[in-house]
Amino acid sequence: MENNTALPTSPSTSKPEPGGLKLFFKRLVSQRILVLMSVPFVIWLFVFKYVPVWGWTIAFQDYQPSLAFKDQQWVGFSHFQSLFSEDRFLIALRNTLAMSGINLVLGFVTAVSLALLLNEVRKVAFKRVVQTVSYLPHFISWVVAAGIIQTMLAPDGVVNELLKMFGVIEKGQEYLFLGKAEWFWGIFGASSVWKDVGWNTIVYLAAISAIDPAQYEAAEMDGAGRLRRMWYITLPGIKPVIVVLLIMNIGYLLESGFEPQYLLGNGMNVDYSENIDIFVLKYGLQQFNFPLATAAGMFKTVVSFILLFSANHIAKRLGQDRLF
Amino acid sequence: MANAAGASRQARSSRRHSSVGDRVFDILNYIFLTLLMVVTLYPFLNTLAVSLNAASDSIKGGIHLWPRQFSGENYRFVFNEATIYNATLISVLRTVVGTAVTVFASAMVAYTISRQEYVLRKFVTIAFIITMYINGGLIPNYLLIRDLGLINSFWVYILPGIIGVFNLIIIRSFIEQLPESVIESARIDGAGDFRTFINIVFPLCLPVLATVALFTAVYQWNSWFDVFLYNSSNVKLSTLQYELQKILQNSNTTSSAETAFANSGSGSSVKVSPLSIRATMTIVAAVPMIVIYPFLQKYFVKGMTVGGVKG
Repeated sequence: MENNTALPTSPSTSKPEPGGLKLFFKRLVSQRILVLMSVPFVIWLFVFKYVPVWGWTIAFQDYQPSLAFKDQQWVGFSHFQSLFSEDRFLIALRNTLAMSGINLVLGFVTAVSLALLLNEVRKVAFKRVVQTVSYLPHFISWVVAAGIIQTMLAPDGVVNELLKMFGVIEKGQEYLFLGKAEWFWGIFGASSVWKDVGWNTIVYLAAISAIDPAQYEAAEMDGAGRLRRMWYITLPGIKPVIVVLLIMNIGYLLESGFEPQYLLGNGMNVDYSENIDIFVLKYGLQQFNFPLATAAGMFKTVVSFILLFSANHIAKRLGQDRLF
Repeated sequence: MANAAGASRQARSSRRHSSVGDRVFDILNYIFLTLLMVVTLYPFLNTLAVSLNAASDSIKGGIHLWPRQFSGENYRFVFNEATIYNATLISVLRTVVGTAVTVFASAMVAYTISRQEYVLRKFVTIAFIITMYINGGLIPNYLLIRDLGLINSFWVYILPGIIGVFNLIIIRSFIEQLPESVIESARIDGAGDFRTFINIVFPLCLPVLATVALFTAVYQWNSWFDVFLYNSSNVKLSTLQYELQKILQNSNTTSSAETAFANSGSGSSVKVSPLSIRATMTIVAAVPMIVIYPFLQKYFVKGMTVGGVKG
């Protein structure tokens, strides 16, 4: 791979040796086109992704927008203290964990099951149609999805009609689904599955197609039926992928999403729909409590960072590297 | 290749072995998957039917998969509304410009970090990877955009999201799979890095770039939060998704479409209703991406797999 470089390999850019520094600049000049192609975007990255991290300082200040940075008053961790004694934040934290937990479990179970069932379809044309249809909701915005879900769950919507048809409820007993706070997590979980279950099968179907067909033939010789083959060959065959994806997703435990909760949320279900992201929006940009909102956002990022890093580390130890 | 093997394996097994239990399983499986398709498609077809039905008739309810009184009036109304017409233009513009910029920039940076001899390769790669783990969050980002003077500007839709790390990684993986000899031969012909990238690497990457283009187009077309956050005071920069969002959350923000509806209702005959406008806007906001993705399915399935499983 490095056969055309007469120079020593491992160009450690961080700490070049005394003689290496000259060499480093010499190579930098000779590679100026590559530098011009990438460094402007590193500057872009710095401005748009790294500079905001500096904004975390607001969480430690009695931030006054009119004052310069050096004139701000520093208050240590007091905003974090008030954050954790704030009831709305604790509710938001509970909702965040509950909804991402539901999403995690439900998302995995449904996607793996659908992948297994799709794999058993013999008619290739039918399988392709099901796959294409199942990807569809992934490509619509949450705005459109929320509008559709609201229509379906309305008192005169199709879900209530079906319940009446099967005699579960009488006429006049229609549910106002999005008005029942304690049902919100379930509605959120079902909506997320509806939107993304097809999309999430892609990875599992790819893993299934990598299973050695000889295994199936051998099982068949031994007289194993379809269900047994699914259970003893397909499932163990994709187990590594399942395990790694599960671990990686634990890293996103505080990222329960923002759009579905914001768009489906309303005054009646706020105690169950408001998560950390909505808390930050409400306290920050509607009540202009920048320090408290920044503290909440920072808490989320720092915990996510720790979770993701440990998840990555565990995934690597399981031998499946570079799977962010 | 693996699919072909799988298909032939299944064809063989169906010939050789087909017990009663297997056949029952098959039938149940087909029924279940058909039901799944119905549940997925029904909401869209229902919304489409309402949007194509005369508004005065839709109010009575009971419309399922087919319009009862066919009418194009809702669509005529929506597109005659100046705000919505303008919002559609902005949506198209941000999708086209945003996708072009992202595809080109991501491919270019991915090329540089695929060059093993590039001295800044590690530095650039790590600088991007770190941003997957750390972000400033809503408030610091808002303050940055404000300080950069991007509030009330079209560029706030394009600049903050030029390069996504996921896109960068899948393009780099793709470039690294290309035969090195192709790039070497361009070098021997005297092409510099930029020309090698434009003339050789970029065309060869089209399959993976189609995936990135689709993801970016979907993101741009479907975005509404940045409009809400930065440009909600400037109706000229509003987008279709944001206009729809305003209609859906009509509690305290009166949307332009409904104001127009209220005005038009002063006449004797009711031509449009909030219900119909909502359905029509939903279809207009959803259809472009729904029409595009089946043609790119082959590419994004591959792109997802490269990024997801093999890394």
